Amino acid sequence: MPSQIVSLVVNGERREFIAVPGATLLASLRESLGLTAAKRGCAQGACGTCTVLVDGRPEVACLVAVETVAGREVRTLEGVAAGGELDEVQSAFVDCFATQCGFCTAGMIMVAEALLERDPDPSEEDVVEAISGNVCRCTGYRPIVIAILEAARRRRAKSPQEEAVAR
Amino acid sequence: MTDRLAPTYRLAPIDTSTFADERAAAGTGVDGGGDFTVIGSVVQRSDARGHVTGRTEFFEDVAPARLAHLKMHRSDRHHARILDVDLSEALAVPGVLRILTHADIPNNLYTPLKLIGVGPDDEPILAVDKVRYLGEPICAVVAETEAAALEGAARVRVAYEDLPPVFDVEEALKEGAPLVNEYHGQNHFIYEGHHCRRIRFGDVEAAFARADHVFEWRYQSAPIEQAPAETTGCVVVPQADGRLRIHSDTQACFFTLDNTALILETPFNKLRIVGGTVGGGFGGKVDVVVEPVACVAAMATDRPVKFVYDRAEEMQVSSPRAAERIYIKDAVMADGRIIGRKVTLYVDAGAYARHTPYGTTKAAAHLPGPYSIPNVWADCHCVFTNRTPSSAMRGFGVTIADFALESQMDRIARALDLDPLRLRLLNAYRDGDLKAHRKVAEGTALVEVIQKAAEMAGHELPEAYRRMSSTTREGL
Ligand code: FES
Ligand code: FES
Repeated sequence: MPSQIVSLVVNGERREFIAVPGATLLASLRESLGLTAAKRGCAQGACGTCTVLVDGRPEVACLVAVETVAGREVRTLEGVAAGGELDEVQSAFVDCFATQCGFCTAGMIMVAEALLERDPDPSEEDVVEAISGNVCRCTGYRPIVIAILEAARRRRAKSPQEEAVAR
Repeated sequence: MTDRLAPTYRLAPIDTSTFADERAAAGTGVDGGGDFTVIGSVVQRSDARGHVTGRTEFFEDVAPARLAHLKMHRSDRHHARILDVDLSEALAVPGVLRILTHADIPNNLYTPLKLIGVGPDDEPILAVDKVRYLGEPICAVVAETEAAALEGAARVRVAYEDLPPVFDVEEALKEGAPLVNEYHGQNHFIYEGHHCRRIRFGDVEAAFARADHVFEWRYQSAPIEQAPAETTGCVVVPQADGRLRIHSDTQACFFTLDNTALILETPFNKLRIVGGTVGGGFGGKVDVVVEPVACVAAMATDRPVKFVYDRAEEMQVSSPRAAERIYIKDAVMADGRIIGRKVTLYVDAGAYARHTPYGTTKAAAHLPGPYSIPNVWADCHCVFTNRTPSSAMRGFGVTIADFALESQMDRIARALDLDPLRLRLLNAYRDGDLKAHRKVAEGTALVEVIQKAAEMAGHELPEAYRRMSSTTREGL
């Protein structure tokens, strides 16, 4: 099977690259596109460190064959900080001490972004459910859950009108 | 809108008054007006911004041009002689550049603690004539792609003659047990001519004879894998000036540099380690297991080489916390005073020493716990078995010992129907006590810590116990 040219919309930009047969979305992002925020913790769908958003949904990029998502919208952590400003999730992770070694952080933040996109006012249970596919070995999950709830609060505080519409 | 963060989910705000007295006493800090302003204030991690933006560079985020990949062919036996290694099929795999065996490693035999004078060298970088644990590295396949390296590694053929393995620490020490590691010559580490690390203090046998009760229990732990989120690995990049730049997630940059230089038989200044960013380590990334062979591969191919464990390797062959078996026998008086403690500890080093001789010494140093016991006897064995070599992990040597010692205290309290806190207060060391290691205890605080914990937990202590102090033996 020959390599093929794959095109994705990554963080809002159309990117084209050559993918060898069987190349994963994770390998394509990291090796072909130089986007290394998503991490390889296990390469077998078990840890969530490679999580990115495909059309807004969290996916473990290590299990996605890149040709199966050709043409789709992919969002990585690199696409989150607009103009160098931290967004609410990122700043809450910093302020709530939700990152230690940082290896799980990209996956955790992407899952949180997808959750808050879907539900601006999640319960603690919703957050726990959302990060249930993401392993953190250092921080402990509690500060991460708190950070995501805090991010939701900050985002709601920032856009009360939007929240009113959402309700 | 209901604030769902309140009250149970909210981070307890940091109470800046906590250390106010200390700051005032020191005449510095927020209250004292000096520049010592950290205690009681919120200090952010310096690396947090990099983590939340994805800009922190982990070793595997470097992508040098012409990067080659290394995968290991590993032993599928616990204990076996190697009769033959056939590389022909592996070399025929398209993309395979080179296969390294023990003959390619300048100084194939090492032990990581040789830097502090611990010997003998007991572990090959790549197996020579024998494998001593399941997953031991035998040869390293270097290839254009990860897939080719994996395929090459899978096509190495090794002919073995199985040897009887031994997996149990006490079995390993029995007469006639299979010899695990010839470099030691017996299945235990030798400490300055002794078969184990020992403590001899007072006369435990006399204490047992005199005691109202003798309690003996056995404790055991399994090996524990650190399981960091990021697996062990490195990328080695040959430099134009002939030096090697090693991007590694080691927890011990200089230790790794020095050991690697010894293994490569190269001056230290030929190597440069770029590290310090570790995706979780917990002690599991202090053995020098990937850098030396990746360096040899980089030199042999004159290309950058990546050697990183996959998750299965991390779980199977990276060194865990040692399994331990501990027997504790205590001579106890009716009022709860412990007058003698005898401990026999077996630490499972696995097939090679790594950091376990040191861990065993730490365990010995930790006995008999934070208690003043007038008669103590301990034998702490560092034992070789055909299991994965164990090494460092958070408080290795002491954590499992504490589990055993404090379980023992609770069991004694239960057996004598005593309050477990009072039992500990009765036996806790005080300033000025001579410890079993013949050091005088100073700055002890166990008594106060227990009193405070009891108070916080609403656990009633009689007046006499509340008046106890670490600085006097009053009330004992
Ligand atoms: S690397 Fe994808 S789930 Fe672990
Ligand atoms: S911060 Fe290290 S794994 Fe989560």
